[in-house]
Amino acid sequence: MAEGMKMRATMQGDVADVKVLINHDMETGLRKDPKTEKLIPAHFINEVVATWNGKTVLQAQWGYAISKNPFIGFKVKGAKAGDKIAVSAVDNLGGKFHDEVVVA
Amino acid sequence: MNPLRRGFLKSAGSFGAIAVAIGAGLLKPGELLAATWNKVAFTATNVADAMKEATYGGAAESKDILIKVPEIAENGAVVPVEVTSKIPGTTNIAIFVDQNQNPMIADFEFSNGAEPFISTRIKMNKTSQVRIAVKAGGKSYTQSKEVKVTIGGCGG
Repeated sequence: MAEGMKMRATMQGDVADVKVLINHDMETGLRKDPKTEKLIPAHFINEVVATWNGKTVLQAQWGYAISKNPFIGFKVKGAKAGDKIAVSAVDNLGGKFHDEVVVA
Repeated sequence: MNPLRRGFLKSAGSFGAIAVAIGAGLLKPGELLAATWNKVAFTATNVADAMKEATYGGAAESKDILIKVPEIAENGAVVPVEVTSKIPGTTNIAIFVDQNQNPMIADFEFSNGAEPFISTRIKMNKTSQVRIAVKAGGKSYTQSKEVKVTIGGCGG
């Protein structure tokens, strides 16, 4: 699985519109491997934190039912072009994901 | 914002360190909610328990929670959900799906200028109410919308 993230942040009025995509299988732990009939272990992102110029703006807890290759969109009021938005995520097996983007 | 909390997020799962911090009086227990994954709520098997464990018990219905979901979702694995809360002082938006094996999907906490808005994509087992819970000024509010899931739909 290719791991990685994509982010975009654009100003809409006085609000930065942030869109984030994370490559992740978001395995539920409820599916069976069709060949072995064994359950595929759960593997999903369960914590996400977004910051704006270093200040936390969004903290999320996720279960396995966020879709595969998760997408989130959020809005930061008062941000300006050139500000930095960063997103970090952790999965239930300790995998770490991080990306940042400059508001355009 | 408490600088300790960032540190805890980085070391999420280190319950020992958190317990020590509580013992030392560095943290109020309420502050831990955001920093530690709420396993009890996420593994609850009915929506009432999940909401209660996620601290949204007794939420009052509110028309000020705007939910944008498709009426019919052909693919239950990817159902777009967009929520805007018009309730002043909104700090959290949580998403539940009544008919999922584990109804709690996610909880989002907003701070430092983040608008009470979230857009994401969720998995739905079958046709169900998508239930949104909002926390504002220490009170809980809720609103829901049904999404019909076409199982085995051929997408045509």
